[in-house]
Amino acid sequence: MLARAIDQLVRREGPRVLAGLIRWSGDFDLAEEAFQAACAQALEAWPRRGLPERPGAWLTTVARRRAADLLRRRRPDVPLEPPLADGLAAEAVEPESLPDVEDDRLRLLFTVCHPALAQPAQVALALRTLCGLTTAEIARAHLEPEATTAQRLVRAKRKIAEARIPFEVPAADRLAERLDGVLSAIYLVFNEGFSATEGDSWIRPDLSTEAIRLGRLVVELLPGEAEAEGLLALMLLHDGRRPARTAGDGALVPLEEQDRTRWDRGLIDEGTAVLDRAVGRGQPGPYQLQAAIAALHARAAHPQDTDWPQIALLYGALLRQSPGPIVELNAAAAVAMAHGPEAGLAWMERIDRSGALAGYHLLPAAQADLLRRLGRTEEARAAYGRALALVRHPAERRFLERRLAELG
Amino acid sequence: MQYIVLIYGSEKGWSSMSKQQVEQMYAEYATYSQDLAKAGVLRAGSELKPTTTATTVRVRGGKRQVTDGPFAETKEQLGGYYVIDVPNLESALDWAARCPSARDGSIEVRPLAQSAQG
Repeated sequence: MLARAIDQLVRREGPRVLAGLIRWSGDFDLAEEAFQAACAQALEAWPRRGLPERPGAWLTTVARRRAADLLRRRRPDVPLEPPLADGLAAEAVEPESLPDVEDDRLRLLFTVCHPALAQPAQVALALRTLCGLTTAEIARAHLEPEATTAQRLVRAKRKIAEARIPFEVPAADRLAERLDGVLSAIYLVFNEGFSATEGDSWIRPDLSTEAIRLGRLVVELLPGEAEAEGLLALMLLHDGRRPARTAGDGALVPLEEQDRTRWDRGLIDEGTAVLDRAVGRGQPGPYQLQAAIAALHARAAHPQDTDWPQIALLYGALLRQSPGPIVELNAAAAVAMAHGPEAGLAWMERIDRSGALAGYHLLPAAQADLLRRLGRTEEARAAYGRALALVRHPAERRFLERRLAELG
Repeated sequence: MQYIVLIYGSEKGWSSMSKQQVEQMYAEYATYSQDLAKAGVLRAGSELKPTTTATTVRVRGGKRQVTDGPFAETKEQLGGYYVIDVPNLESALDWAARCPSARDGSIEVRPLAQSAQG
């Protein structure tokens, strides 16, 4: 029981303490090693001596001493640089009393999501340092060998140190551009978690929850950024539908067949409130538009209550803001629901001819769905066949197979 | 911390410019170099003569092989460099983005190895 409480405490305090250590030492590896040592010491000492009054301060103090030991061992001939020595002079370091301690996590987020790092490395580093996931957990989440993740992390940390990527929140004139990169890394984490609908979710750490945690952090630390709120709203609204997204056998349940009473109203209400706040700022953007679409779905008690004309309009706006074939496919699907399958089908055929989505299973799947609604069974069957030849995710495959079987 | 700013661009592009465009480009580079110098970050730098003047040397098995031109055919060629001394990558990237060739070529920014502690 106590061990569990300690573990939770360390997980909660950890990212804050680690971010502070990275700023203090300017060295990711040293900070991580010292932090791990402090956590191990906490697990050993706290059950015997009881929980310290300020666990974060305790961990920080122990980790700093450990960091100094490690440095002395690494380079016994070199005296400690002033900031390191200063940190040791202070008897008990109170993270709460350090200047800008909240900003340390934000600095860390901007540093690990620096565009000079490849996106997979950004994601791995964010999960490692800000969410406290182990290398093994990150590897499992990405379905890649642990050695690959470990190497990705090592390379990224080396680049931060050797190219000297600064540990800072970018200046105001660069903030908007850099925030985009941070938000897209967070959304990538969320989507990875969200598509993990397979029965393996019990071994895959919940990336969606971690992404929402990061989204909350950005909203909390950069108040007034409408797109950051838009992303948080989008993730909350999607996550609210999750309980109804998979059937008992792990197959994907499409939106129109979901049992809407199973949606998590708490998450949906929160997402809607965050979205309202964002929209009120008068800085429209793609995340807010996508969240607004998700909110319209969430508002409909039954599929037939869905405000498709409004959704089609929002997709039109999204297409103007961030054009791309996948957004176009969604826009076409919304138009089909708002104005009849033929209109959507004609648009999808144009997308098909453009070749922009060649190899993407959701295009033939969407075409198949509209052909099915129109009673063009033979063409629908052929389109399902094309989709099945391309689909890779098992839950999506099972869904398509079921639809094909239902055609009779 | 010292970074080398390697300027890659299309030599064909340069040779197809009008005399006036070339003068304009040189004027922009002169301003850029002055700005770097005024900010106290410029350590070295030069334009390079075109790749047609380049010669490559390799020593294999103790034998010297000399060949004409650069190693590989690419769309963009190394056309010049600066060495700048700035606090971190962010400010190196800010300077690189102001390089006149950033608009149509690409600028590679790399830390110098011996400057890792500096």
